[in-house]
Amino acid sequence: MLRELTASTNANLVSEKPHPTLESNLAPSPREPIVNDFAITAATKNGSGSQTSNAILLRALFKMGIPVSGKNIFPSNIQGRPTWYTIRLSKDGYLARRETTEIMIVLNPDTVLEDHQNTAPGGVFMYADDIKLPVRRSDLHYYAIPVKEMARQHEADPKLRTYVANMVYVGAIAQLLGIDLDEIQAALMFHFKGKTKPVESNMKVVRAAAAWAAENLIKTDPYRVERMDKTKGQIMIDGNTAAALGAIYGGVGFVAWYPITPATSLADALNEYLPKLRIDPETQAPTYAVVQAEDELAALGMVIGAGWAGARAMTCTSGPGISLMAEFTGLGYFAEIPAVIWDVQRMGPATGLPTRVSQGDVIAAYWLGHGDTKHPVLLPGSVYECFEFGWRAFDLAERLQTPIFVLSDLDLGMNQWMSKPFDYPEEPMDRGKVLTEEQVNATRGFARYKDVDGDGIGWRTLPGNESPFAAYFTRGSGHNERAMLSERADDWENNMDRLARKFETARKLMPPPVIDMVEGAEIGIIGFGSTDPAIQEARAMLEAKGIRASYLRLRALPMNDDMTMFLAAHKRIYVVEMNSDAQLCQLIRLHSPKDAEKVRPANHSDGLPLTAHWITEEILYQETRH
Amino acid sequence: MTTVKNGSIAGNGTQATSPSIKMPTPGAGAAGVNIIGLVKADYKGLESTLCNGCGHDSISSQIITACYELGVKPERIVKFSGIGCSSKSPAYFMSRSFGFNALHGRMPSVAQGALMANHTLQGLGVSGDGDTGSIGLGQFMHLIRRNLRMVYIIENNGVYGLTKGQFSATADIGQELKYAGRNEFPPIDLCRAAIVADCGFVARSFAGDPKQVVTLLKAALSYRGTAVLDIISPCVTFNNRDDSTKSYSWGKAHDERINDFGFVMSQEEIQIDYAEGETKEVELFDGSKIVLKKLDGSHDPTDKQAALRLLTEAHDKQLFITGLLYINTERPNLAETYRLVKPIASYQQDKLRPSRESLQKIMSAMY
Ligand SMILES: Cc1ncc(C[n+]2csc(CCOP(=O)(O)OP(=O)(O)O)c2C)c(N)n1
Ligand code: SF4
Ligand SMILES: [Mg+2]
Repeated sequence: MLRELTASTNANLVSEKPHPTLESNLAPSPREPIVNDFAITAATKNGSGSQTSNAILLRALFKMGIPVSGKNIFPSNIQGRPTWYTIRLSKDGYLARRETTEIMIVLNPDTVLEDHQNTAPGGVFMYADDIKLPVRRSDLHYYAIPVKEMARQHEADPKLRTYVANMVYVGAIAQLLGIDLDEIQAALMFHFKGKTKPVESNMKVVRAAAAWAAENLIKTDPYRVERMDKTKGQIMIDGNTAAALGAIYGGVGFVAWYPITPATSLADALNEYLPKLRIDPETQAPTYAVVQAEDELAALGMVIGAGWAGARAMTCTSGPGISLMAEFTGLGYFAEIPAVIWDVQRMGPATGLPTRVSQGDVIAAYWLGHGDTKHPVLLPGSVYECFEFGWRAFDLAERLQTPIFVLSDLDLGMNQWMSKPFDYPEEPMDRGKVLTEEQVNATRGFARYKDVDGDGIGWRTLPGNESPFAAYFTRGSGHNERAMLSERADDWENNMDRLARKFETARKLMPPPVIDMVEGAEIGIIGFGSTDPAIQEARAMLEAKGIRASYLRLRALPMNDDMTMFLAAHKRIYVVEMNSDAQLCQLIRLHSPKDAEKVRPANHSDGLPLTAHWITEEILYQETRH
Repeated sequence: MTTVKNGSIAGNGTQATSPSIKMPTPGAGAAGVNIIGLVKADYKGLESTLCNGCGHDSISSQIITACYELGVKPERIVKFSGIGCSSKSPAYFMSRSFGFNALHGRMPSVAQGALMANHTLQGLGVSGDGDTGSIGLGQFMHLIRRNLRMVYIIENNGVYGLTKGQFSATADIGQELKYAGRNEFPPIDLCRAAIVADCGFVARSFAGDPKQVVTLLKAALSYRGTAVLDIISPCVTFNNRDDSTKSYSWGKAHDERINDFGFVMSQEEIQIDYAEGETKEVELFDGSKIVLKKLDGSHDPTDKQAALRLLTEAHDKQLFITGLLYINTERPNLAETYRLVKPIASYQQDKLRPSRESLQKIMSAMY
């Protein structure tokens, strides 16, 4: 992406010369206004407080009724390294990342050259006036803002000035684009949870900066925002908070986790909301426990223990943690213990790019463990589904008595997304097959691993069941139907056959894919997770070029007959995913070997959320070669 | 050195390790029936598959005795273990108790999850020296740090039994074994490690001293948090040569008791033979008591520094000391720290799913 842009913009670079404060006078003359259809990028240093400013801008635009999305491209570092935050406004509702940005706000001198190059032709370059521009382009609109000076005026404490500086660009850009200051105030109220003091002090800076801009900047660029009504009744939330809320409304009772980006904010959200929502009114005691474990291995061990004892138990982690959980996942599969494992994927292998996105754990999660293991995997494609699968995962785990993975990712989990409000779960909780004391007493015992119902799922008892016939010995070693240790060949095979039957039951219970069949379309696109908006937009771009594509958004593994039908219905199928090994593509080929040749990888993995532009170009390229 | 020499390994007569403290005979009344009306057979497990004479089997039978005599309901006990010969043994006692034979070294995490889900149950864990001292050392320390209420037994034989005789991390430096050769590294003393991690109940015993094991087990089962019992438990197949400090003969010849104590159930009256001031009592979580006989030079287990000194000296001189090393009843256990009242696992949808209105409120705040 950088390369493409560099090539297209290099021609416009001119060498450094002294420039006045208000170069906007020198910029090209305004064209037709461009309204609610561009991207704003703030280039700052991480740990400087710019996250607040970006969140405020995003929510203010959202509150103006304009469809927006925010993507944070941040370093694996605590302070002082470059960070970019891009807000895309799209009157048509396209929310994927775009390669280009029209409005660049630069507060970080270290990245000024690349930021300069990455601004779209005709775009805006707003920067702190103490930054020396190494080059200037004739096709940009420049606005220099006295960020330091204004920060100094508003904040006596030099240590706090960088925070204030970030509010300066909020005010300046609001003035330049026409963002309603009342909505900025409302966004600040949201951010500071109604605390008026910080709202007022921040608003003072925003207003002053806006006033300065009104007086000193001459607008030459065509970009404007205007109120719309496209966000009415919507919410804006990150996927990790959505997941935590889903888990809470799904009755999570036990959480064990170990800090790791980008899953940490999921545990943070659990810790924020659980005390508000889950105190037993009778006893004032919590109906949950959250444990920060000593590592991910212990985290899943605790979850397995708690699930075995009858609590709805979950953990949240990312790739490296998934690796550590392998042995316990296999135990959970074989001993048949409910557990929910959220994998908020980041870029691996090894430490990889811990603050960048990927979908690289599909195969790892699906087959985690040793010696023939496979697991149901949920694939939320929106924050709405993060909530829904947040509660549904427990029903599935307890019904199927097995670990359930939920694969989210850094983009979905940590960025803010618009959504319709989450629906309250209407289905009663499914606690699965659990025998009561009376039931066990009546039968004077039970066979833990016997397939009495033909769905491969046995009945279980929970510790604390005081019937003298309730207890059984749970183990990872070979066992017969009565949970007794067995090394007999037939017991082993019978047990594995039953587990295979259970997996067929899982296939029926997992959420089906969402399919948009286009009459007469030769090609189909398959995707999952956070790439959904990019795929939706790419389909529109392809259609504009005369290529109509059906779309199957996979929401779970194992795959079902819907997949088989979709493959049969198209001549060429493109599997869009963010990893290097085309993992889902490989699984689809395995699912339907006879279709393997027409299933094509459209995978890309550079740590950044996929764009519609990339998908379109990739499919067009492959189409010309078929 | 404050050790008390005591040549007798088998202990004498009553359930107290000290002959001078008399305890009521358990199950007084109907023949063989304990206070909750169960006979000893109700505490039995499956037939053991361990080697004949394995120390682990004798510990299993002490567990049966302790639970039977205490009158604990088998259904209120949850058994845990890791992987090893020792970790197999929960199948060989108390079949009426739920059991979870977890992964190698990972008993602590599974026990923590299960006993957080239902903190009203009593955890009884059996691990090995390999299971705890090597692969599971991290989880062991963190379990203790959190003070989960459970009895944690290490059946310590200085070798990996199940994988056929490799040295474990508790083997003595310089020890030689036929298969494993010479051990070049000093042992990790798991009792010392436990005290360092702030364990409030630390004891060492010997599988060849059933009375002491039973008394310690009863006290441990009545303890508030994690109770660690490091029980030297000879592996007759791979580490029972006379010159091994983990052998029966070595234990019998060298066992030095560091203190004498008895255990008194909460319902019982203490009957003591000697003048007031000669004993010290420590009240346990359920109201029962440990009665310590104060002897000149005997170790006071409420003194942490003394316990660490004692263990360090025993470590340096390869001494075989047994007894109650350290007790501290002050630290709250994990369930107390988390303010748990009813078992989390007992909550149903009415308490687990917040109201429709609460979600609407959150949703409208997300605009
Ligand atoms: C992850 C893993 N690594 C290795 C093993 C093999 N293994 C089984 S038991 C054992 C050692 C057991 O030693 P210890 O805990 O001292 O028990 P003992 O048999 O001596 O009672 C080992 C290494 C395993 N089961 N799992
Ligand atoms: S190998 Fe050793 S530890 Fe294992 S059962 Fe035999 S005697 Fe016991
Ligand atoms: Mg051992």
